[in-house]
Amino acid sequence: MEIDDKLISHLAYLARLKLTDKEGQSLKGNLKEIIDYVEELKKVDVANIEPLVHTVEQTNVWREDETKPSLPADKALQNAPAKQANFFKVPKVIE
Amino acid sequence: MDNMDYKITIGLEVHTQLKTSSKLFCGCSTNFGASPNSQTCPVCLGLPGVLPVVNRKAVALAVKAALALNCKINSPTKFDRKNYFYPDLPKNYQISQYDLPLAKEGYLEIPNPKSRSPNGTETPSYDGAQSPRRIGITRAHLEEDAGKSMHSDAGYSLVDLNRTGVPLLEIVSEPDINSPDQAHQYLTALKELLIYLEISDCDMEKGSLRVDANISISPVSDVSLREVPRRASGDDEVISKSNEIASSRQGGIRNDSGETKLGVKTEIKNLNSFKFVAKALEFEANRQIELLKSGKEVVQETRLWDEDKQETRPLRSKEDVQDYRYFPEPDLEPLVINEGWIGQIRKTIPELPAARRVRFVNQYGIPEYDADVLTADKELANYFEECVKSYNSTQRERSPASGGKAISNWLMSEVAKYLNEQKMEMKDFKIKPQELVELVKFSAARQITSTAAKEVFGEMLKSGKSATAIVSEKGLLQVSDQGEIEVFVKEALKSNPQMAADYKAGKTVVLQALVGQVMRLSKGKSNPEIVRTLLQKHLSEK
Ligand SMILES: [Zn+2]
Repeated sequence: MEIDDKLISHLAYLARLKLTDKEGQSLKGNLKEIIDYVEELKKVDVANIEPLVHTVEQTNVWREDETKPSLPADKALQNAPAKQANFFKVPKVIE
Repeated sequence: MDNMDYKITIGLEVHTQLKTSSKLFCGCSTNFGASPNSQTCPVCLGLPGVLPVVNRKAVALAVKAALALNCKINSPTKFDRKNYFYPDLPKNYQISQYDLPLAKEGYLEIPNPKSRSPNGTETPSYDGAQSPRRIGITRAHLEEDAGKSMHSDAGYSLVDLNRTGVPLLEIVSEPDINSPDQAHQYLTALKELLIYLEISDCDMEKGSLRVDANISISPVSDVSLREVPRRASGDDEVISKSNEIASSRQGGIRNDSGETKLGVKTEIKNLNSFKFVAKALEFEANRQIELLKSGKEVVQETRLWDEDKQETRPLRSKEDVQDYRYFPEPDLEPLVINEGWIGQIRKTIPELPAARRVRFVNQYGIPEYDADVLTADKELANYFEECVKSYNSTQRERSPASGGKAISNWLMSEVAKYLNEQKMEMKDFKIKPQELVELVKFSAARQITSTAAKEVFGEMLKSGKSATAIVSEKGLLQVSDQGEIEVFVKEALKSNPQMAADYKAGKTVVLQALVGQVMRLSKGKSNPEIVRTLLQKHLSEK
């Protein structure tokens, strides 16, 4: 798999990261190493092995349908960069 | 291209809110209408270091829906992260299900379009010869809802995260739907099912049922296989034939410039009612057909339905192509849904509306129309059955079906009228089935006139007294004793000699007036049939 500048900038956009050229180049190297390692793993024969769904061998960890007290609105909004009348206030997202 | 006809292909995605008290992964309440951001916690706010824990009831309800939709259950099933950025999604990913959805490969039955009557009204048919049409269900999976944004004109949006983490079941249909009308039928059947099974309230105004539609158009060149994109079109055979042809040609038909122009679909959002769904699909089908006709291409995009302008328009999005980068949710272990549990859940599924309709027709001998009306509301259907039971418990000689039509008539006329006037639901109706049956019996046995029956009904609602008490207090029992009526008949003939003479001279229309005279003399308590017979007897004697 080829890791080029275009891919790096696409991934940065998807992750909403603003990368400097230097950071981009450094990530490109890192990502290439990771992908190469995965290529190496691909060589293992897994024909007769069930895919692993989760690393923890536990299933059905659940709770009953019971409500618990929520946070008061002012607590919930405590770390919000902007708020208005108990709402989170954000830049307008649709035109 | 001018002579080409077009086949419509529609697939629907329905998000329905599962009826739980708490959210999917935390204990916050799911109550609607709470003040903004008053039902959140570190888990649903996506604060660092928290862990989601699955709500068992949400899983049980999803399994119940899956079974009712004839789906296979995936076990194990797992959760995945769907990654995207939006202010109403505090974690920047939605916990959903990707490659191992809880359910797959099911179907939902809708009435066969063949049973449409020539005048275009729908008369769903349930007999074997016209079996219902099956719409495939591709998959159904669990996911959490996002929050709610309100957009101001002043350049900002306000976000309420109360909905964040509310359990949803996304039900994806196969592209088996071939008209806006069928889409409407599918949604109606699905909603009915989910409400009946108490899986969801399906209240579109509260957002507990949402619909997205995918639609594409493909030309069918054979004119004999035309399917016009109009509502209420459709002979099923034609539809299925054109289906085969179109699918065998998928990707095969090219336009003059050699580009493939089939199967490009658009997705329509913002469909706030089933009526809007049908209207939007109709608009969109016509828009796509016009594009194809003029040699243009349909662009794959998401469009919004604008109810004010009655049109769909492209949803402007700052993002280009969606790339959700799904990966397994590391914070949640897989779910194993074993046969034992599936069996338990299966037992909680009562008889479904479609089956109940058929049974009502067969068991109670009522018309299909009545069965339709009665089973459309579970409470009403239950009430009806209680009534029939009560009707027959006191009269052993009657067949199990007896009283069905009489009771159905009462429920569909007087009771329905009353509920409608009061804007009341069946479950809040005060008269108990056995009390109503008392009245129905008076009426069915013609012991009281229909006018009197309505009066008694009104009085029962007002005073809460029994039908028997009201009938005897008001002296409403019809005089059906022949001798007693005969006295009134004779008196009427004596005091109206002219009418009697007219009748004998061949002016038989005066009979009705004479019946009226007798009814007046007996204060409306005579059985009009007997009055008529006796009058005729006396008039022919003289
Ligand atoms: Zn919460």
